Amino acid sequence: MEFLISLWEALPYELQYLIWTMIKIVAIVLPMMLLVAYYTYAERKIIGYMQVRVGPNRVGPKGWLQPIADALKLMFKEIIIPANANKLLFLMAPAITLAPALAAWAVFPFDEKLVFADINAGLLYILALTSVGVYGVIIGGWASNSKYAFLGTMRSAAQIVAYEIAMGFALVGVLVAAGSLNLGEIIRAQEGGIFSWFWLPLLPLFAVYVISGVAETNRAPFDVAEGESEIVAGFHVEYSGMAFAVYFLAEYANMILISALTAVMFFGGWLSPFQGWPVLGPLFDWVPGFFWLVIKTGFFMFLFLWLRATFPRYRYDQIMRLGWKVFIPITIVWIAVVGLAVVYQVPWWFD
Amino acid sequence: MNVFKNYFKSLFLLELFRGLSVTGRYLFRKKFTIMYPEEKAPVSPRFRGLHALRRYPNGEERCIACKLCEATCPALAITIEAEPREDGSRRTTRYDIDLFKCIYCGYCQEACPVDAIVETRIYEYHFENRGENIMTKEKLLAVGDKCEAQLAADIEAQAKVR
Repeated sequence: MEFLISLWEALPYELQYLIWTMIKIVAIVLPMMLLVAYYTYAERKIIGYMQVRVGPNRVGPKGWLQPIADALKLMFKEIIIPANANKLLFLMAPAITLAPALAAWAVFPFDEKLVFADINAGLLYILALTSVGVYGVIIGGWASNSKYAFLGTMRSAAQIVAYEIAMGFALVGVLVAAGSLNLGEIIRAQEGGIFSWFWLPLLPLFAVYVISGVAETNRAPFDVAEGESEIVAGFHVEYSGMAFAVYFLAEYANMILISALTAVMFFGGWLSPFQGWPVLGPLFDWVPGFFWLVIKTGFFMFLFLWLRATFPRYRYDQIMRLGWKVFIPITIVWIAVVGLAVVYQVPWWFD
Repeated sequence: MNVFKNYFKSLFLLELFRGLSVTGRYLFRKKFTIMYPEEKAPVSPRFRGLHALRRYPNGEERCIACKLCEATCPALAITIEAEPREDGSRRTTRYDIDLFKCIYCGYCQEACPVDAIVETRIYEYHFENRGENIMTKEKLLAVGDKCEAQLAADIEAQAKVR
């Protein structure tokens, strides 16, 4: 042990820093992958329960090993590369989709002090990264050398880009209300119990953000790009094996990210819902902030599945109408309202 | 006024919330799923599964080779050849049902004047080699011998409605 410590201290500072950073990255990404795997299991179980059936229950006790079995199956499958496809781009595209979904966690505050990179432009960084995800979709569809994949690409890309704007505007509202781009600061601006969180003064923006988040990740009821019951798959028709699995992982990682971001932006991240309340406040003081964050994120993750189990698929033109003609006007109006409230220091939230 | 109401309804997502409450309630409903290999769904006496040829209680086979089943079979799945036996009674020498052709309509059972060809409650069977899909007379009689008690009870249960 002492030998290891001395070895560690003998390393140059830069190397120490690099290794330490790597360890932190693994500590974030590994649980995230595990969470993604079990999110797919939760999805099948919860949707099954809502359809009055039981979902997967054969692999391992209560089906707990189902995601492991799925992953193993996908790993052993062949990755078929279509004729005349651009091989490099074809294989790179899934990684391009997955990488931003994981990289966005870098600025995410898991607790008061628990941030990988506490940068001041955190929100901007997240907005930038989530936009990069579209490239994976476009490149994947283009590199497949298949007109159907390309058509699917166009559909998803148009949808993602449309809702990106509404989502960005909704976050502008948060930014105005909090007065900071740093995610930790945004949470601190919401201190003071459940009614001080931003979901109340920014209710329309919150609704727009959640719905846009569902559309942005191409999830039901906005999953025309995939439309499993009518067109089989969109941009990833030509993908198989692990390459397909990475797209799948990216979709779920994005869902988790959006849920977590909703918790941070509108539901006070690690803050206790009873903070500053007479009796309940001190009663729940011992609960770690991470626990509250997990609860809030978990709720929104559940909401994603709940929506999928409930609503029929939107028609494509309706999706576009909702994005451009409903959400963007609502967000713009509410940004103005929030701006006025901040300027005139409307009590309770902005005084 | 109506326009106003519709705006209110769609802006506040009222109908969507109602939908969510329905699925939310169903989440806690008792599940219908039958855990198949361990649990099985109840089977009606009229169930039309694997075929069988029955015998009389004294061991004599019921089929008298009248070929009504062969004639009525809409899928032409039944092939019968018959000859007088040594004691002069008319019996089949060959009674084949091709299970790949059979559509399990139960007409053969309906047509049979002596309740010889019947469909049992057996629905779990499979073939591992070519040719196993042909149920020969021996195989049919073997199935009949195995489930005679059940078959007699099922026919008894349906006697008053047939």
